[in-house]
Amino acid sequence: MIGGREAESVRDERRPAPHNSLSLDKELRSGLTHLDRLEAESIYIMREAVAESDNPVMLYSIGKDSSVLLHLALKAFYPAKPPFPLLHVDTTWKFREMIAFRDRRARELGLDLLVHTNPDGLARNIGPISHGSEVHTDVMKTQALKQALERYGFDAAFGGARRDEEKSRAKERVFSLRNAHHRWDPKRQRPEPWQLYNGRKRRGESLRVFPLSNWTELDIWLYIHRENIPIVPLYFAAERPVVERDGMLILVDDERLPLHPGEQPQRRAIRFRTLGCYPLTGAVESTAATLPDIIRETLEARTSERHGRAIDKDTAASMERKKQEGYF
Amino acid sequence: MLVHSEPESFDLEDYLAAHERKSLLRFITCGSVDDGKSTLIGRLLFESKRLFDDQLAALERDSRKHGTQGGSIDFALLVDGLASEREQGITIDVAYRFFSTDRRTFIVADTPGHEQYTRNMATGASTADVAILLIDARKGLTRQTRRHALLVSMLGIRHVALAINKMDLVEWSEEQFDQIAAEFRAFATNLGFDQITAIPLAALHGDNVVEPSSQAAWYDGPTLLSYLEIVEVEQKADTEPFRMPVQWVNRPNADFRGFAGFVTSGRVRSGERVRILPSGLETSVAQIVTMDRELNEAVAGQSVTLTLSDEVDISRGDVIASVERQVQVSDRIEARLFWMATEHLKEGDQFLLKLGAAAVPARVVRVHHRIDLGLLESVPVSSLGANDVGHVVLALDQPVAFDRYTESRRTGGFILIDRESFDTVAIGLVDGAVVEQTVSPRVIRNNAPWAWIKWTGEQKRRSAVKAMSWRVIGSVATVGVAVVLTQDIRLAAAIGATEVVTKLVLYYGHERLWARIRYGLSVATGQHGGGPQSSSAN
Ligand SMILES: Nc1nc2c(ncn2[C@@H]2O[C@H](COP(=O)(O)OP(=O)(O)O)[C@@H](O)[C@H]2O)c(=O)[nH]1
Repeated sequence: MIGGREAESVRDERRPAPHNSLSLDKELRSGLTHLDRLEAESIYIMREAVAESDNPVMLYSIGKDSSVLLHLALKAFYPAKPPFPLLHVDTTWKFREMIAFRDRRARELGLDLLVHTNPDGLARNIGPISHGSEVHTDVMKTQALKQALERYGFDAAFGGARRDEEKSRAKERVFSLRNAHHRWDPKRQRPEPWQLYNGRKRRGESLRVFPLSNWTELDIWLYIHRENIPIVPLYFAAERPVVERDGMLILVDDERLPLHPGEQPQRRAIRFRTLGCYPLTGAVESTAATLPDIIRETLEARTSERHGRAIDKDTAASMERKKQEGYF
Repeated sequence: MLVHSEPESFDLEDYLAAHERKSLLRFITCGSVDDGKSTLIGRLLFESKRLFDDQLAALERDSRKHGTQGGSIDFALLVDGLASEREQGITIDVAYRFFSTDRRTFIVADTPGHEQYTRNMATGASTADVAILLIDARKGLTRQTRRHALLVSMLGIRHVALAINKMDLVEWSEEQFDQIAAEFRAFATNLGFDQITAIPLAALHGDNVVEPSSQAAWYDGPTLLSYLEIVEVEQKADTEPFRMPVQWVNRPNADFRGFAGFVTSGRVRSGERVRILPSGLETSVAQIVTMDRELNEAVAGQSVTLTLSDEVDISRGDVIASVERQVQVSDRIEARLFWMATEHLKEGDQFLLKLGAAAVPARVVRVHHRIDLGLLESVPVSSLGANDVGHVVLALDQPVAFDRYTESRRTGGFILIDRESFDTVAIGLVDGAVVEQTVSPRVIRNNAPWAWIKWTGEQKRRSAVKAMSWRVIGSVATVGVAVVLTQDIRLAAAIGATEVVTKLVLYYGHERLWARIRYGLSVATGQHGGGPQSSSAN
């Protein structure tokens, strides 16, 4: 089991805070923390979705968001097992460590794992290197996902997407209705007042449900740390063989990655901030080998930005002047 | 498996402690199209350093392509995420954004100003603590400002920041500012806001958004961001009575039967007495189960699983509540509705009502009146059009447990779902149960005592039960007497059967007939509102 460190509940003793622990303690007792609230909301969403659908499934992409989602599913239905299978759409180009991690987790937790690969794509030998990322993603991911949902007749699928990821995501509902062709109609979205989710749908329609909608990337890392959630080791910095392509650091994960004449993979200290198909996923150079290191890195990226602007703000001049000076 | 090493030099623990101490503020921004809402939010995100380099680069590119600022940064583009929004230059859908300062974490519901999309604004308002009402200083209060203020008030927001924007276009006129603020205060006297804070702004240039403006020496109030950081919103959820709608019955094996739900208000301890509604059964909490550990107490905002000390029949949609301050239970409710579909809402329309975790078929028995959003006056109507707010009576197929919305948002708010399209067509707020039998208000207006009224009061099954309770006793007696007198069981049974059938039918028919005749009924029973209001004060 994942237990490691136990999550705090409101009433239970917390580790003493290093500074002015008195006032801090008092505050903590009186309320839930931001992570507590996010966790409770996600669990609520999962239970609603399961109660309102006939055949739910969790899309499991093996990344950090999926790991958090899975952890929340375990909590939501405890002591029962999550009443749905996990579905991984395998493009056959995932990092090897991801696949090993996936199989190990499913085995350890005793969960039902479905793996689907688009058979037409396989037959046509579609891949990111031979066909480019667009075709590859469409055939091996998008089409493959639709095939899998239809094949098993799933009417609700959990995904780990967050609203802070991208502008149009910020407008998506927690319960997102898809028509029979899996299309999203942003103008027909259902209002969700008081987190009252409407899970009703007509024949052929299905739902995508996003329990992590209100989490930010930082929340994800802080929660992984707090709950001691296992994640794929590729998120932690280590020396790995890479080649540089169009400014991206690509891990040489297997022999399918063709090397240019004279090109030699170099060993560099790298890690990944997101995980996908290895030829399409760039690494960052980093020495962050632990979660605190990663959290610090995430924060520092922000601090340096703040720094730059703090200097600008010293003068009373507002945006106007910065613009005149060609700030952007 | 991966074992994370414990934190070392970087003071992560310090950081986490500080992070956990931050409180969360949910707010919405509303205003008419072009008041500068997107510009304001973009500005807030930008100034609170929530933009990364790649986002900025994309913003610059977009500004050149679609921007309204002649190639320089157009902050509005940061937030208009849908292609159709960028094409039309309006915000259609509510967007949620996240930023934080050293004091607070913020979730902003950025809601559209366009009247057609007011429903999306209402969604954002339903969970917000604070509303920022944006006003163009040149235009002053508009019909849309009034609509938004009413909806915001109706949905229970008690703190309003009146952001009077584009002050640069009125030469930062203090007089103009004071006049708009005063007009709003006068308008809002009956809307029940605890606090209205007016702030002069120029979102486009950043004045008074994060940094105080040098333009308005006469203004000594907070900037918008510092207002958001300091505004005190009561977190009253955990002093309220305990409520937990049951979402899911958890039965992994024969030995465990748990009831999973989100505590919407109050707190509960293991061992405490609770009541299950609508059944009304009383029992006590045996365990509060979570995956991490068993808790002694669960509070509002937590998702838990309760086991109970008695075998009681509970299903999804039931509410577990404190024994003292009880939930109301009824199959007839008075409610305010915000109607969102294009077709009109009429008496007799049928829906699915979802409240808490319960979903029941519901019928609109009556449409009382509509609230005119400009004048804040009630207008008698019998149907509601798109974006109307009105008072209705709903009859439910089964009783449900609820609170009045003014007492509890999460157990007093509901949605209506169309039974064919399954769209969410209305947002509703429970005002109370319909306690006494009421007569259609139409009768009151129509003074003819013999008018054939639309039957709304007694239900058929009640008439049937009344007929039986009255007739069956008599018929049993008749059979008894007939047996004694005739000494013939078959004859006596025939007499009895004839009497039961004819009298039951006649009595029932008679009841149904009189249920439609107003003669002799007291007009006072037709007054709506008085009963439910006074009966549920606790
Ligand atoms: N002069 C001036 N123009 C502003 C100000 N705030 C916004 N605007 C302009 O008003 C227009 C509408 O702004 P936008 O943010 O798109 O409005 P929305 O429809 O409410 O989101 C844009 O052209 C903005 O540049 C302001 O403080 N001063």
